[in-house]
Amino acid sequence: MTIRTLMTTAAALSALAAPAMADINIGASLAETGPAAFLGDPEAKTLRMEVDKINAAGGINGEQINLIIYDDGGDANKAKTFATRLVEDDEVVAVIGGTTTGPTMAMIPVFEDAEIPFISLAGAVEIIEPVNPWVFKTPHTDRMACEKIFADMKAQGFSKVGMISGSDGFGKSMQAQCKGVAEAAGVEIVADEVYGPQDADMTPQLTNIKGSGAEAILNSGMGQGPAVVTRNHTQLAIDAPLYQSHGVASKQFIELAGTEAAEGVRLPAAALLVADQLADDNPQKPVVQGYRDEYEAETGEDVSTFGGHAYDALYILKAAIEKAGSTEPAAIRDALEQTTGFVGTAGEVNYTPEDHLGLTLDAFEMLEIKDGEWTIVAE
Amino acid sequence: MRLSHKTATLLVLIPLIVLAPIFFPSNFYYRVGSLIFINGLAVTGMVILIGYAGQISLGHAGFAGIGAYSCALMPVHWGIPPVAAAVLGAVISALLAWLVGRPILRLKGYYLAVATLGFGILVYMVLTNETWLTGGPDGMSVNDSGLRDMAEAVGIDLKNSQFWYWMCAIVLVIGVWLAMNLQDSPTGRALRAVHGSEVAARTVGVDVARYKLQAFVISAVYASVAGSMVALQNEFVTPDVAGYMHSIEWVTMTVLGGAGSVLGAIFGAAILTTLPQVLTAFAEYEQLLLGLIMMLVMIFMRDGLLPSIMRRIRGKDE
Repeated sequence: MTIRTLMTTAAALSALAAPAMADINIGASLAETGPAAFLGDPEAKTLRMEVDKINAAGGINGEQINLIIYDDGGDANKAKTFATRLVEDDEVVAVIGGTTTGPTMAMIPVFEDAEIPFISLAGAVEIIEPVNPWVFKTPHTDRMACEKIFADMKAQGFSKVGMISGSDGFGKSMQAQCKGVAEAAGVEIVADEVYGPQDADMTPQLTNIKGSGAEAILNSGMGQGPAVVTRNHTQLAIDAPLYQSHGVASKQFIELAGTEAAEGVRLPAAALLVADQLADDNPQKPVVQGYRDEYEAETGEDVSTFGGHAYDALYILKAAIEKAGSTEPAAIRDALEQTTGFVGTAGEVNYTPEDHLGLTLDAFEMLEIKDGEWTIVAE
Repeated sequence: MRLSHKTATLLVLIPLIVLAPIFFPSNFYYRVGSLIFINGLAVTGMVILIGYAGQISLGHAGFAGIGAYSCALMPVHWGIPPVAAAVLGAVISALLAWLVGRPILRLKGYYLAVATLGFGILVYMVLTNETWLTGGPDGMSVNDSGLRDMAEAVGIDLKNSQFWYWMCAIVLVIGVWLAMNLQDSPTGRALRAVHGSEVAARTVGVDVARYKLQAFVISAVYASVAGSMVALQNEFVTPDVAGYMHSIEWVTMTVLGGAGSVLGAIFGAAILTTLPQVLTAFAEYEQLLLGLIMMLVMIFMRDGLLPSIMRRIRGKDE
């Protein structure tokens, strides 16, 4: 009893004493609330959990991490204010965050001005193209999902694609990216249909696609729309196989669409979702299994790829600070740019001065739904 | 001798703006200051609408959206300098307010509230959905206004946040000065008559519809300029700037500080802009606390914070 009390006291004291030491201040501005909370919440939880773990293991280069997270609610104006606060008031050496593209783009000028390295967790290509020396990102882009899907279609011998897209931000962005890379990928878009994210029936659009001579159908969208498309696709008995995007990569999608309708649907997804099915020699396997188990034990919630993006960002940053052997923002930035062979939840990351995303198409696994379960398609 | 209301307001406001930076521990406070001034500007417009004319609008962020996206779009498509785009945006907002206001202002009370709310949401939806033009929900960047470079050319070398603190302060002071002039003008008196009783105002020959429309248009211009200032300062806009929560925030600031007084409303803007920064540690409870404060003020200080406090102080003096 006394020993336990002593230990608790010691732990409490060390926790109190921690800020007095030379800490490494790492900032984050995430959408923990608001419409993008389903992305920002797992990101924030992941960062808190992992920083505690790193600190308990002795921190980085013997220094403890002092993590400062602000909730910008996904609002670009608020994010910019918090970015200023992180730089001016909290004197951070690096920043993770920007859950969505708007806040990320609004924050970039602040970090560029202050010369602070910034790792974004948002999807858009614009964040890293053209390359800004101070800006990196961890999530794969929509364009890569398109390329992955088109490559699989080509491998199956399909070259005429019918597209059906949601009119929400995700669906629109991916629609534009897919149309942009179709020609380079060697496929032709023969139909381009759109539906509202809340629509309950997509048979008219699918009938049009059916009549267009499409050999395969690609649905870019997230939420309930893709589940309706999947059901209608089965109801209309369309022969052309259906491809979904990474936006539906959650168990909920299969439940919504129904096991029967979802049978045979293909989609690209991060390895995190199929951690146990990865080959044993896949270097990602221990990483994604470890993170998933830890996250699910800590929070009691299903793991998501979004938290994985934050996980990757934090450990890429940790490795860079260790490599730089310094907490100077400029030194960290240089080390970040030299990140090679980092294995994270999204894949193997290799940053170069020209590439601040550092992922290849291998970052996605091509999945097929069989009997209501994800299975990896052998390539 | 009693100072006129206008002189007194400016005499309080200007020294506060000038002296506040002495107490700023870091540049971050300049950023918060500039946001207070931007909200203060929009809220000054709301005082004209709510406090003077007695009308309500839950859609003024729509005009801010027009102002903001004018600064983003016009330089890209028509090569108009961003500052001129802000002026043009204000003109567009005024025209739109005039068009929309004519039918809408026939409505009263909650009908008017809902109609304006609808207008704000409409603007927000256009900005969100017309991806080809506005970049959609991801927003778009705004060209550098070049104002800071101009200041640097004449020897004023300030950090970005400092520069915008002073820039927004100047615009706010001009806005307040204009609003105070309006209050003392025949138009201002007519507006207050409309506020008091539309029937009575009509009986003494006030063209009620015209004055209500004027107040609506003027407040729309204030909101539009505030939106432009956000865009020019952030150099990036998202449709959030036109989000209906901002409209409601502005009404809340106005009513919290005191709808009848420009200084009170700016005080309300200062509180509600600063509070989220103070409350970052309890981010989850922020909305709860805001709601609680709002309710308490409405129950115990019905004229708004500042007028109620002033009356209490004066009451003790006399």
